[in-house]
Amino acid sequence: MKTVTLNARHLLCPLPVIRLQQQVAELAAESRIEIICTDPGALQDIPAWCRIHGHRLLAVHEEEGELTLWVEVGNSGTPA
Amino acid sequence: MSHQRRAVALISGGLDSMLAAKVVKEQGVQVEGINFFTGFCVEGHTHAIRRKGRERPKRNSALWSAEQVGIKLHIIDIVEEYKPILLNPQHGYGQHLNPCLDCKIFMISKALEWMEANRFDFIITGEVIGQRPMSQRKNVLPVVARQSGAEDRLLRPLCARNLPPTLPEREGWVNREQLLAFSGRSRKPQMALAQHYGFSDYAQPAGGCCFLTDRRYAEKLTDLWASRGERDYQMDDIMLLKVGRHLRPRPHFKLIIAREEGEGNFLAGYRRSYPHLTTTSHPGPLALIDGSLQQGDAELAARILARYSQGREAERVTVELVDHQREKRQLEVVPMTANEIAPEWQI
Repeated sequence: MKTVTLNARHLLCPLPVIRLQQQVAELAAESRIEIICTDPGALQDIPAWCRIHGHRLLAVHEEEGELTLWVEVGNSGTPA
Repeated sequence: MSHQRRAVALISGGLDSMLAAKVVKEQGVQVEGINFFTGFCVEGHTHAIRRKGRERPKRNSALWSAEQVGIKLHIIDIVEEYKPILLNPQHGYGQHLNPCLDCKIFMISKALEWMEANRFDFIITGEVIGQRPMSQRKNVLPVVARQSGAEDRLLRPLCARNLPPTLPEREGWVNREQLLAFSGRSRKPQMALAQHYGFSDYAQPAGGCCFLTDRRYAEKLTDLWASRGERDYQMDDIMLLKVGRHLRPRPHFKLIIAREEGEGNFLAGYRRSYPHLTTTSHPGPLALIDGSLQQGDAELAARILARYSQGREAERVTVELVDHQREKRQLEVVPMTANEIAPEWQI
């Protein structure tokens, strides 16, 4: 399955979540998204958003002030 | 068997909206949350930017509230659509630049759009009669319902029994007797209900979630409009008003000077869009220049920045200026003294 990359660098919360939400709405279940953020709040907010919408957080990587989170789209039919 | 009704709850991240959603969910209604991003939401932005306070985990209160209640949350970007609400509020401003009543009407009208698009049945808010001076007065609640277009599909579960029955109550989608009759400014009923539901950790309620209620922020926004000769803004403008020390030594430009490392990192993200200054002979902050420099202004700006660097006591400080064309030049300047920074420059 193709992985879509989202650049959410320099966006403050909740914009990274909004960008992820918009992207997820366009993808089929089991699609994967890689989102790159600089707001440390993404470490809390993206996992929380995934939990309440039934998406899977696959991994998180932090390096030099950048956070990369990998998400697998679930079956929730989330509207944007 | 009747089908399960669906309600969309406006979730601000505060206690009241969280409780309102929970009260209706407990009645077997399918509830999903909606949260609107105007760009003016306080929501941890300064906390995200500044190093200070990093030891506390930073989280989005609306998302956290939704998770506690056990509902989905949809966060909607309304930055562009919100402009006319702020710039020309039909019902005027509150104490500063907060158009609370127009804002509430607008958000409920947007929730109504979402409700209809997603085939939900009614809208929930955490409003309580008399809780807030502008947007929650008893005579104002019907205005909100009417002007938003939601009419009697707008249910306020925390004070519903003080109001005429709405459609969800009349149709039996919710049991009115299990709704509440809160009123006034006291927080005790909400705190007791939070305890009943086991909510022990929630955002501090009432009024602190919008930068437009903040005097200093409103002054900076007013200054921005005055300096540009028009009441308009872009997303970057309203984000930058939240960050740094703002000094306007001349009507045609201001400096935005980082106050600490986190702000410096944040402002560094804008270096491609704004002319900027840094001290090169001594450690010091980054300053963005918003506006255009005229003759003599570069030295003035550099002397101000030098004042906020570790070279403030030095005889001369070297400052690098990167202009709109990304061309660099070095300026050797005498740092300003504290007395030379005019109080009226501070926005």
